[in-house]
Parts: sequence; C-alpha cells; structure tokens
Amino acid sequence: MTADGLEIRQSSASVWGSATELRNLKVVSKLIDTTTCIGCKACEVACQEWNDLHIVPTTQTGTYQTMPSLDANYWNLIKFREVEESGFFAWLLRKDGCMHCADPGCLKACPAPGAIVQYQNGIVDVNPEACIGCKMCETGCPFDIPRYSAKTDKMAKCTLCVDRVQVGLEPACVKACPTGCLEFGDKAELVAVAKARVEQLKQNGFTQAALYDPPGVGGTTVITVLAHGDHPEWYGLPKDPQVPVAVSLWKNVARPLAALAIAGSFFAMVAHYLSFGPKTPKEGAEKPKGDKPA
Amino acid sequence: MTNGWVDIKNADVILVMGGNPAENHPCGFKWTVEAKRTRNAKLVVVDPRFTRTASVADVYAPIRPGTDIAFLNGLIRYALQTGRYHEEYVRIHTSGPYIVGDKYAFEDGLFSGFDPAQAEYDKSAWAYRADPKTKAYQVDPTMKHPRCTLQLLKKHVERYTPEMVERICGTPKDQFLKVAEVVTSTGNAQRVGTITYALGWTQHSVGVQMIRAAATLQLLLGNVGRPGGGVNAMRGHSNIQGSTDLAGVFDNLTGYLATPRGELTDLKTYLKAETPTTLNGAPWPTMNYWSNYPKFMVSLLKELYGDAATKENDWGYQWLAKVDGNYSWLYIYDDMYRGSSQRAGGTEPGPEGLLTFGFNPVGVGPNTSKIINALSKLKFLVVGDNYQIETATFWKAPKEYGGPDSSQIKTEVFQLPCSGFAETDGSFTNSARWLQWKWKALDPPGQAKTDQEVLARIFLAVRDLYRKEGGALPEQVLNVSWNYTDPVNPDLGEVLKEINGKAVTDLKDKDGKVIKRAGQQLDGFSQLQDDGSTSCGCWIHSGVYTEAGNNAARRGTQDPTGLGMHPDWAFSWPANRRILYNRASADAQGRPWDPTRPGIAWNGKLWVGDVPDILPNSPPGQYGAFIMNPEGVGRLFTPSLNDGPFAEHYEATEAAIENPLHPKVTSSPVTVRFHSNKDVYGTRDQFPVVCTTYRLTEMYHYWTHHTNELNQLQPGFFIEIPEELAREKGITNGSRARVTSARGSIEGVAMVTRRLRQLTIDGKRVWHIGFPLHWGYEGDPKHVGPLANFLTPSAMDPNTWTPEFKTFLVRLEKAS
Repeated sequence: MTADGLEIRQSSASVWGSATELRNLKVVSKLIDTTTCIGCKACEVACQEWNDLHIVPTTQTGTYQTMPSLDANYWNLIKFREVEESGFFAWLLRKDGCMHCADPGCLKACPAPGAIVQYQNGIVDVNPEACIGCKMCETGCPFDIPRYSAKTDKMAKCTLCVDRVQVGLEPACVKACPTGCLEFGDKAELVAVAKARVEQLKQNGFTQAALYDPPGVGGTTVITVLAHGDHPEWYGLPKDPQVPVAVSLWKNVARPLAALAIAGSFFAMVAHYLSFGPKTPKEGAEKPKGDKPA
Repeated sequence: MTNGWVDIKNADVILVMGGNPAENHPCGFKWTVEAKRTRNAKLVVVDPRFTRTASVADVYAPIRPGTDIAFLNGLIRYALQTGRYHEEYVRIHTSGPYIVGDKYAFEDGLFSGFDPAQAEYDKSAWAYRADPKTKAYQVDPTMKHPRCTLQLLKKHVERYTPEMVERICGTPKDQFLKVAEVVTSTGNAQRVGTITYALGWTQHSVGVQMIRAAATLQLLLGNVGRPGGGVNAMRGHSNIQGSTDLAGVFDNLTGYLATPRGELTDLKTYLKAETPTTLNGAPWPTMNYWSNYPKFMVSLLKELYGDAATKENDWGYQWLAKVDGNYSWLYIYDDMYRGSSQRAGGTEPGPEGLLTFGFNPVGVGPNTSKIINALSKLKFLVVGDNYQIETATFWKAPKEYGGPDSSQIKTEVFQLPCSGFAETDGSFTNSARWLQWKWKALDPPGQAKTDQEVLARIFLAVRDLYRKEGGALPEQVLNVSWNYTDPVNPDLGEVLKEINGKAVTDLKDKDGKVIKRAGQQLDGFSQLQDDGSTSCGCWIHSGVYTEAGNNAARRGTQDPTGLGMHPDWAFSWPANRRILYNRASADAQGRPWDPTRPGIAWNGKLWVGDVPDILPNSPPGQYGAFIMNPEGVGRLFTPSLNDGPFAEHYEATEAAIENPLHPKVTSSPVTVRFHSNKDVYGTRDQFPVVCTTYRLTEMYHYWTHHTNELNQLQPGFFIEIPEELAREKGITNGSRARVTSARGSIEGVAMVTRRLRQLTIDGKRVWHIGFPLHWGYEGDPKHVGPLANFLTPSAMDPNTWTPEFKTFLVRLEKAS
C-alpha cells in the first residue's frame, strides 16, 4: 500500500488506477489569495531551491516578471499584469503554476502509461521514468502549464511538492510566503476560508469577487481568490477552462478500444528495443511559449 | 519605530507614505495583511508610483515626489477643520495647550529668527512663553488662546486646502479627500491608525520635517503610544537601527548622547549643556528622564576607559575626540575631494587615508563622480567587505563616471575579505528596536575574517606602536579598556555584556543593602550611577544581557496581552518596552482609551500591560506621558529642529516648480549644499522631468547583483517611464533610454508602465520617472549596470545631513 494520500486515483494511458477507495483520504488544496499577494517571488525561489532546479538565464525586457512564462526549470512564476478599464487601474499579481485539476487534461492526453498520475489526495504528479517526451500533455492542459525540457526529453511541472506533502509538510511555496496569501490544507476547509475572504472583499466594494475553482475541469486542487472574479482573464486565467474535446474522446472512448491493440504492440516494442536499443534524447532549443507579460 | 512590526496587526488604518513595505519589507508587511484580514483594516498608500504595496491597498493616491509635507499638512488641516481629531488626547498628552512666546512668527516662507548670512535659524525665537517669575511654561487647557500651539498649528496649516494639495502634489482633490476621510477616522478613542514610512521620507532636503508632520498628525489623532498606532520608521537594513543606536552618526555617542564639541572643555560644562532642565509647573509635571544624562555619560566613559577613568580626570572625558564642526560622512568626502578641511578649528589638509567597512560609498553616496574623484586623492584606502565592491575598485570605474585615468591615481588600496552576516554570531537590532541574537551558520571562507577580528587586529597593532614609539594623544589609545577573553577576536557576547553594563563596585540601594556585587551585570539603566560605580556601553540597551543571561537570545512566544507584544522574545530597547510613550494609551485616570487594545492601565497601585513608559507606581497625573521631553507632552510645535517648529512645504533643491505658497522661498532656506566644482544643480528648463530612486524586493542594496540566483529574478537595471511620456519620446517597452541630470548620464532598459502617470502641478504638466539603485560595474558582466547615484545631488537635510536621493531633476531621451 502506498503512503497516506498516495493511492493512485487515475493514471495516464491506463484504464484503472490503484485506489482501493476503501480509505477515507482527504483531498488537499492550495489556496492563492491574489488580493494579498505582493509579488515578492519568495515562492519562486523556494520552488526552485526545494526542487533543485537550475537557474534560468534571464534578461531585463521591461517587466517585473521574472521570465515570460513557466519553464521546465521554473514551475512557479508570478504573473504581473497592469489592467485599466474606464478609470479603474490595478496591478494584478498572480502566482502561476499547475492547478492540479480534478479532471486533469494533461493526464487524459498522455499516451505513456503511468507518466502522469493523480493521487487520491488530488495531486497530479509526473513520473519522469515513464514520460516519453511527446508533449501531448501540453495539448491537454487548458492552463498552459507543462513544459518540455529538450535536455532531458521529459515534461516537467509543479508536483505540489508531493515529497513534502507525503511527510506532512506544506509545499515549499506556501512555507516561504511572507504574507500568508498562500495556504495549504484540506480542500473543504480552504474553500470555506476562501469563501469568507470573498465575502469580505464583496463588503469592501469588490462586488464581483469570486473563488476560482472552475467546474469545467472538475474543480482544481489549487484554488484562487480573485477580487475581479468576473474577469479571470485579467489574471491570465481562462474564463471557463475545459479539457479539449479531442483529448476527452481519446481518453474516454478511443483509448479503451485501443487497449487491446496496445497490449499487442507491447510485444512489438520489446522486439524493437532488443533490436535498436533505447530511445535517445534529441538535442534542440526549447520553444518559448506563453503570453506576453504586462 | 515607536511601536513594532507585529503591532501593526492592531491597527484599523495603515497609512503608508515614503515607503513601499510590500517591496522592501515583505516579512514585516505580513502584519499589515493580518490587520486587513482579521480587522478589515484599511491600507492607504500615497506614493508617486503605483507600487507593489499599492497593488494590495484599499485606497491609493498619487503624489509628486518630495511634496509629502503639503499632503500631510492638508490632512492636519482637514482633521482640525472637520473636528475629526482626538481632542481630549490632545489636551492631556500633547503641547496643544502650551503657549508660545511672542518672538515666534511665520511670514513669506520664513520662520522668525532666520539669519540670511549664515542660512540658519536662531531657535531661541521659537521658545514657549514662560512665567517671568517662576519660569514655568504657560498653558491654556481650553486650547483657545491664540498663541497656544494648537491654534498656531491651525493657522499654519490654513493654506493647505484640498485645492492647494492638488496644486502642489498633483493628487486629484477627490482622491485626497478619500485618503483624508479614512485616515482621520482614527481621530477618536475607539479607533487607531498607524503610519509607516522609510527612506522615501528621510532622503529629502526636508526629510525630518516630513516625519515631524506625520508625528503631528498622529498626535492630533491620538494615535501615539497606543497599540496599533505610532509613527513607524521601516529601517533600510537589518541592523541600521543598531548602528544608529551605537554611535553610527558623527554627532552621537552611543544611546544618542551628544558627541562633545570643542567649546565644552570639561565634563561639568558638557553635562550642563547637554542635560535638559524643565520649566514645567502644571498641569503635568514631567519626569524629564534626560535629567539622568550624567549617569549615562559617566557610565559610558567608565566602560570606555575602565580603571583609567577616575573622578579626578573627569572619567577620561578629555580623551574623547571633540568636534569643531560637521563631520557627517559627505563632509569628509568633500574634504577629501577638495584636499582641505575647514572647520571652526581652522584649515587643515584633507584626509590622507580611509578605512571603510561594510559600506560601499561609490554606490551609496550621491554624486558618484565626486566620490570617485575624492577617493583618488587618498594615499591609502582600506576596504573590508565580503564582495569585491565598487569602492575597492574605484580606480577602474568606467570612464563615464569622470574619475581620473587610473595611471594618475596613486591611492594604495587594501582589500580585507570580511565575513558575511551568516558567518558570525552577533545581534541585529530591527526596526521594532528588538535586539535579536543570531548564531553563526558557517565559517567565513578562505582567509576572510570577521569584522571584529579585523578591527581588533588593527587596534592592537596601533596600540603596540604607541607603546613602542609613542605618538600624538597617546592616552586616547593606551587607556582604552580591552578586556576580552580573546583580545584578537573579541567574542560579541562579551561585547554585548559591556553594552549592557555592570557594577564596578558593590551597588547599594538607599537602605544600604547591596543590590549588585562588583562585577555583576546590571538589570537595566535605572541602576546606572554618575559616581563611577557602574559602567555601561549604551544606556538604552541596558537590560539586554543581565545576570539571567543574553536576553537578545530569548525566543519565548508567550503573548499575555494577546496584542503580539511577546515580552520573552529577544529584547526590545528601552527596558524591553514594546510600545514607546505607552502612557498615552490611557486617559487622565489611567483607563485605556480602547479597553480591547490596552497599552498599559492603572490598577490603583501599578501600571500593568506593556512595560510602562513611566514610573511603574506613579499615579495618573503625577507625570506627563512623554517622559523624554522636558515639557512632558508630545510636541505639536517643535522648537528644537534646525528648519522650523512647524513643517512647511518647500520644493526639493532641484525644484520642479516655483513654490505656490511663497515663490520667493521656493526650496528650504536652510538646506545644506556643497560648493565644489562637482556640486552642480540643475534647473527645470534644462531638466524638466522629476526623478526618484528606490530599491527592489529581489535585491539587497549593492550586494546581491553578485548572486546569480537573484540576478535571475531581476536581471538588470531599468528605468520606469509613464506610457504617455514614453510615447512622446519614442521610447518603447524594452528599448533603451537615457536619463541625464546636471551631474551625470546613464542608460538602461525602458520599463514603460501605467503605474506612473502625468501629474498636473500648479496648472502645468509634470512628468516623473524613476529607477532602482542596485547595480554597479563589479560582478557578473551579464548583470552589471549603471550606478544610479551618478545622477543624484548632494543637497542635504539640515538636521540629519541625509542627501536628497528621492527628488531631483533630469532629462529623458531615447537612447541612440
């Protein structure tokens, strides 16, 4: 049996997970309160240090934002956006990173068995051993999160510090946050905290304040308080994220039918490996992607 | 800070001006966020830029750099006109009822007592009116007398209407009024508000008066001394409070005792000049705590010179260096640059050598070109630092900084690698006045040594030379007490014990009972004596290292009041008091203004709560709440500053407009300027854009551009430019722009933004831009950048001699 919370609920390119559903395991959550985030980047540094990621060379291009978008070596990035609308001005700062969807598009799109898994506690994790570097997860993600590393020929993203969570610690970003705009805990409890904060914001004149926990992806483990809940796009969040239809079809319909075929092709793969050896990583520049920061 | 970081959580309103805590004090800012979450406190930010702090504010108002006094006086006027101030507090705890003498006047931008020849004020013109017989101050408890300070203040701020604030500051009237409404909502017993500020106030030619205006506002609102209130300086470095406490400025000895001046030839004369007397009779007699000055001073001398200090030799007073003029550090650089030093004592050659530790003057000082040229005139320079800083390599500064060709520089430079903060034990004194002990995390690398070892080795070598060869003023060196277990590398715990102080001989109470045996650590400064029986390195820190041990190392988290005072966490000077002037948190009978947030309360026998800022068993009414002021009350009118008893708006030295209040006196008449050929000042026709400088959360001063992890977060220098101005100049985001002042010109990446706006000032369009100061020519070539202070002027505040880094004039162009 796996440790607490690490029973696998879903696994990529697999029909079943390993979850027994016998144990009453809590779903975890990370709350991001954008209304108290000051963009200090402590979370960025903590993420990079805890996960032993390499420094990403950057240059000053006219923004406070560290780099244009996430990187295989940078899983946590605060997005800085200036928003102006009819006399109203705001400088919106939001920590960008994996949302750990309840219905993860990356996992659905992934063709490599076990490369992306979702634990019972809601964390969507990657298993580099099984990843084949095909970048299909990018197409499945409505939040533009997974990043491909040409150096390793693997994808990478936030793991919600599953190694810390497993031993009862909060993720590194939450530990480092000086203002407490990040909280970690049981999802039901954090939703209550977030809703109370939303109510407070509404009383303070932000009538459209809302909790971002989008139903199109089954809700997210990482939930976000927005003062301008009617405009998630101001924060660089999709208004109504969905797992792409093609990806859903692939996962839910086509792939079970293909399961037999996959089993058959396994023997062919073994034969290919024995004849030609392992797949070698391709060298090449990583394609920059993502939106232009404000 | 009068209060502390944690205490901000008790505030209903947090006004941030002259600071950007979310950027520069993110860990302390957590308490502002806490107040917002738990009390629904309102965060009000007034700043030229829409900052990181503004991004989470409830109310933001823009302001032209350097015009904060006009804004604050506008708030004071609003409070007085609308009655939104705490009248009972003002009556009992401030100088509101005190009557000012007939010589005080203010006319056409000048206070009475101005001497145009010296550009100085004669402060005796601002004295309180005293009873001719008893010499006691005169007061009018009704505060109706036209010469009482409250009425004079009302008259002084009459001109600062919301319209005038808009005209000077560029803050739209409706936004100013919104700020005024929220801030003055605390002018009563039920609510309380804090003001937090930083270098955005101190670094102006009128910096002290900005803080004075804030203090006046807080006294009017009844917010001083109360939990959740106060006037709170957010210090610029982790230990800058400690350095000021321990004689970091030339005119202070430790604990804010005065450096002796030449004319004070013996200890008696010195003590008479520096110990304040009180003229007060009624209604609040004062403790006048500074009347203990001789005890603090004699104990300091006893600490410095040990057994060599005796009553017969004035406890060694004669061995202290006396000053004959201003030796603030920019004056020393001016001497160096001109090669000559002129003071009251006569003319002498400029300095030949300089030792500089933990300080990077080439980056830090204003008018970089003058600093570099000054250093090039030295015979020798010793730099102690943990990086190769620009000061150590001033001789190879890029040509554009205007230094001499390195082949012409004869200065011999010694670089001594010193430890970083994590490589030594010691204490930090934070903004909240907490002395917090920290433990060494690792040894200094290679041959690097701790600063104390380097300094000790230099001192011991000099003393040996004196012993062998003699020299000028040998007593100063030979009589210094140096009793450390390891004299070459003094243990900082032993130094902290000296700072705390000990009994030199048995100490007895008034009944003759021994309370401390000779050699025992003192409990606090109340045990200090002026007869040589005690020694103490810094009286305000006394209590930090008692017989119970190192109190700075305490980490108790108990919170008996529930207000975050944590009395067992570290040591808060003075006397472990968490809130200064806390007597003012209670009314005349000693009842807290707000029972849910008591500072201290009178229980019939004693003051309970925080460590009381008054004699613990003195009943309400015996003493005034402000025991450090001879008049015993908080000052609405301050006759002790060098530039006026009330704050008045003056334009920066490089003025963007003529002063609308008094065009003949546009800038402060007593601002200090230098007169070398490098000290040039620009005019608005040549340099029409207002410019300011600041720091970033990702960087720490001039150190961290040596760290590539942080260079990743903030890869280089930039210039923040309002979108409309950039469009006019053809500058696009990410392209290069050039900024030029009367002193220099630098180039960098343009950050085109809507967070800075055009302001309409006195009917004219005025632009402002800004840039951060963290870069220099040392370090990774991919992350070097221009020295921001190449452009800043060496005009200075006349009280602190802090340069005007925050407002100066420039020209902006697209870089070719």
